[in-house]
Amino acid sequence: MPLDLEHGRDLTLALLPELLLTAWAAALLLYAAWRHRDSSAQRRAGWLSLFGIAASAGAVLWLWIGGARLEGPATSVAVDAFRWAVDLIILVGAALTVLLSVHYLDREGIRVPEYHPLVLFAAVGMMLLAGGADLFVLFLGLELMSVSVYVLAGINRRNPASAEAALKYFLLGAFASAFLLYGIALTYGATGTTKLSRIGAQISALGIESHPMLAAGLALLFVGFGFKVAAVPFHMWTPDVYDGAPTPVTAFMAASVKAAAFAALVRLLLEAFAALQPGWDGVVWGLAAITMVVGNLIALAQRAVKRMLAYSSIAHAGYLLTALVSGSLAGAAAFLFYLLFYTLMTVGAFAVLIAKGRSGERDVTSDDLSGLAESHPLLALTMTVCMLSLLGFPGTAGFIGKWYILTSATGAGYAGLAVVLVLTTVVSAGYYLPIVMAMYMKPRLHEMAHADVGLPRVVRGMLVALVVALLFYGIWPNQLLTLAREGSHAFLPPHVTPVAVPFSPN
Amino acid sequence: MSALAGSAADAVGLTVLLPFLGFLVNGALAFVGPRRTRLISIVGVGSVAAAFGVAVLVFLAVLGAHPDEPYVRSFWTWMPAGDLAVRAALQVDQLSVVMLLVVTGVGALIHLFSVGYMGEDPGYARYFAYLNLFIAFMVVLVLGASFPVLFIGWEGVGLCSYLLIGFWFTDREKAAAGLKAFLVNRIGDAGFLVGMFLLFKHLGTLEFVAVAERAPRLLTPGGGPATAIALLLFLGCAGKSAQIPLYTWLPDAMAGPTPVSALIHAATMVTAGVFLVARAGVLFALAPAASAAVAAVGAVTALFAATIGLKQWDIKKVLAYSTVSQLGYMFVGVGSGAYAAGIFHLVTHSFFKALLFLGAGSVIHALHRAYHHTHRRADAQDMRNMGGLATCLPVTSRVMWVATLAIAGIPPLAGFFSKDEILAAAFGRGAESPFWYGVWLLGAAAALLTAFYMTRLMLYTFHGPNRTGTPERPHIRESPRVMTLPLVALAALTVAGGLLNLPHVGTLHHWLEPVTRAAAELVAEPRPPLGTELALMALAVLIAATGIWLARTKLRPELLVPADRSKPETGWQKLLLEKYRVDEFYDAVLVRPVVWLSRVVLWKALDAGAIDAAGVNGSAVVARSLGWLGSRLQSGQVGTYVLIFVVGALAVLGALTG
Repeated sequence: MPLDLEHGRDLTLALLPELLLTAWAAALLLYAAWRHRDSSAQRRAGWLSLFGIAASAGAVLWLWIGGARLEGPATSVAVDAFRWAVDLIILVGAALTVLLSVHYLDREGIRVPEYHPLVLFAAVGMMLLAGGADLFVLFLGLELMSVSVYVLAGINRRNPASAEAALKYFLLGAFASAFLLYGIALTYGATGTTKLSRIGAQISALGIESHPMLAAGLALLFVGFGFKVAAVPFHMWTPDVYDGAPTPVTAFMAASVKAAAFAALVRLLLEAFAALQPGWDGVVWGLAAITMVVGNLIALAQRAVKRMLAYSSIAHAGYLLTALVSGSLAGAAAFLFYLLFYTLMTVGAFAVLIAKGRSGERDVTSDDLSGLAESHPLLALTMTVCMLSLLGFPGTAGFIGKWYILTSATGAGYAGLAVVLVLTTVVSAGYYLPIVMAMYMKPRLHEMAHADVGLPRVVRGMLVALVVALLFYGIWPNQLLTLAREGSHAFLPPHVTPVAVPFSPN
Repeated sequence: MSALAGSAADAVGLTVLLPFLGFLVNGALAFVGPRRTRLISIVGVGSVAAAFGVAVLVFLAVLGAHPDEPYVRSFWTWMPAGDLAVRAALQVDQLSVVMLLVVTGVGALIHLFSVGYMGEDPGYARYFAYLNLFIAFMVVLVLGASFPVLFIGWEGVGLCSYLLIGFWFTDREKAAAGLKAFLVNRIGDAGFLVGMFLLFKHLGTLEFVAVAERAPRLLTPGGGPATAIALLLFLGCAGKSAQIPLYTWLPDAMAGPTPVSALIHAATMVTAGVFLVARAGVLFALAPAASAAVAAVGAVTALFAATIGLKQWDIKKVLAYSTVSQLGYMFVGVGSGAYAAGIFHLVTHSFFKALLFLGAGSVIHALHRAYHHTHRRADAQDMRNMGGLATCLPVTSRVMWVATLAIAGIPPLAGFFSKDEILAAAFGRGAESPFWYGVWLLGAAAALLTAFYMTRLMLYTFHGPNRTGTPERPHIRESPRVMTLPLVALAALTVAGGLLNLPHVGTLHHWLEPVTRAAAELVAEPRPPLGTELALMALAVLIAATGIWLARTKLRPELLVPADRSKPETGWQKLLLEKYRVDEFYDAVLVRPVVWLSRVVLWKALDAGAIDAAGVNGSAVVARSLGWLGSRLQSGQVGTYVLIFVVGALAVLGALTG
């Protein structure tokens, strides 16, 4: 299916998943406006939003299987397998979030039907991040996503922690956006274009690989995206915000927000700045290393499970950065594979926390999970599989993902970073395994310790599916690996012929 | 491309999948419906029977094509690591098909028997789940196309064996028996693993086809590497197949349910070592010293275990030592380069030994029910509590006599031909070195003892007066049809099994020829002249008859008294009954020092003192303090956060522009 984006019809087709989801979200928002503060409306909006997600996912699949590809000059939207793969990962994350939220909002008495349209809008923003081939589209997607998530983080207005989280996230987010925008400006100044593929072409055509303005632009872009993916030292907001936000929103932020921002960063680095890889690999190296070390070490010191998971998600940003350091296709493939299962295991862990935390997830410590296996075997099993997968234990999908990240780094000669990854993974066993131990080997604190733990049937089904996926693809990852490799082929050079419009930066 | 592509052999994966699905279903039923006996039986037996059906189709395909090259059906690459790519691949050739038929066929019969034997057990679903899982792993073991895949099956059956030995895990002694089997096997497996590493180092591959092709080119015959690899692999085999010095776990493994003993500890799993030597025949052919060691260990084990079998009172213990002894024969066969003969004995042994175990199970079942009726606690496995059962258990008694004559080596039953061929092969190599005459002599002596202890078992169990107890006697009844049917089927196989490979007609021999050819090119298969062979056969019959006659005349079943009234043995009889006190010897020389070393030196001093305190806890303390410092920075103040953010931004800017 060749698509010429100069034509309106083809452009519509190329943006079909985003358009469908936007329309659906807008309609749902209207519904929510009429049925305000009504918990049955909240539930209905939740189930309805799943249809929008399904329709959008269907469109993505249709385009992917139909072999949609770009014909004609590069435009602002990418049409490639990488986009479809990330889109699907995002939609899965959004669907899981909605599934978790419906029951959660009910339980916590948060009667806001507009919650679900906001999730959908955030997902649209993420998909634009995954598919944007122009710095402005990326920025647009980033802001659409961020504004929606700011609101989601503070949706429980009666809870001061939630409000504080939203405000902090907003303040720091705005600050980071400014950096990003300045980076875009400088990049435009150096190359005369904001289209990613043209930036790449211009860099080699003009021979400005070491131009300071370009370097400064890239550095500021790094800072902007580093904030969104919660890479150290731009991570300071993460624990507070993750901790304060409603837990399903935390899961959404830790999984999907991060995934989308990472996808945009990958596209940026591999498509626009591939020529500068010998320069930026050092920055990625440093960010990855310090992120892994700091994330894992501080996670070790946490007592509350929710906060521990927040730091663990920082550590995982480090692992994902490791996949990027070589700028190779193997790295992009490993990145895609890991991203999918990172989403699944993160959501799974938070789902267990939600089931346990009727009286407030923030206070659940690993001791509170003692003896959970006895009364709630499925929950304990899910948590165990998620912990082992996050740890990268063989037999789980997390292991295969980490393995491919490692081989992509060592294969390109970044053995030092691989060593950091392995050592910090050892450290991470120090906070993942105590949870498993508490659930299976310690007795319950008291007879009624888990009496209030409960989860609806649909979430139970979701957890079973998660566990099966994590274990199944830990043993039989080949098909997904092939897909991931196909996705990474979006960055096969050369992408477009250089445009020979001379532009001399002043 | 193999001639088998596109044939029924493509469906070979089903033979793994079906029992595995059975395991999943029964495993789920163990939780949700442990009393749905009917469904559990149908799934448990049906999945294995269906796998047997598929195996027959695969066999017919191989029979039709009789390909020279193995057909490797590759499913996916599990993990490429450097030069090593572990493919999940199954290999269909003449050898693996024979094993597949035995495993699924005998397995299906034993599953059927279990329906009756385990019907009353509360853990019925769990039992069938384990048994199905065992079959799945065993099929992986025999079909695996590379050492790693075989090893997965190897470890998997070990796990199932451990689970099933300790099936009644609430009994401390039985749980300990499971643990012992597991630990002793670890010693052998360590050897196997190191052998694999060496193999990969020297040949750069672990797939059977490539190993068979490269080994003759890259390894010097009789050289150090070849000998080391073969010996290390054999260490693994000695563990799995219970050979000296690692045999001690098998008799204890009889703690598991009797059908498990029949399936795992007689017919299939324990023969895996013999199978591996045959599979890696090329490697052993390149290492004559290792092959001689295999034969020597086999011969000594055969005789040694047979002597212990002479004085055991527990009916299952007699059969257990008999199994160890018979496995010794198989190793004599494969060790002397007669791979087909070794496999032949493996097949016939799986028939008659499964039959013996199931027969013993039938006896135990009957006695157990009788004691249950009168609420008396007595050992239902002790032969001193049996006697005269032939009248109450006519079917069991008859089929067990068939098996006894077969294992003793009376023609034309299966055991005669297979045992004879092994001994003839060892004798045939006597021309090279008198060492092989010694091997033959040990084997012949063991054959005499085999005939003796098996006749003893039959006399004490089924003949003479009954010693079970007067109140119990009327309650001893023949087992139900579902149990006797597999017995009769196995008896038929025991009678007809010899036809598979008649001397000098050699169907199985010819059938396995494409598999054994690579090894046979290196070391010619030993074969004595026809006249010698006929003389040996006559001698073998004489030996067997003497053994039976000796037992018949020397033993007096009518003088026996029930177990609780017997006097303890003295002298050499005591030594035999106590199995030469090898377990005690191992315990004193190996187990206790090792436990002491690990408890006092390794655990308390080194682990708890040095590593835990200084290393693990030390570094944990350092890591935790660093983490604590980090979380101190997490003040909650947005101003602090912005400050750190800006420092970071400046660092990135500096790194890129500097």
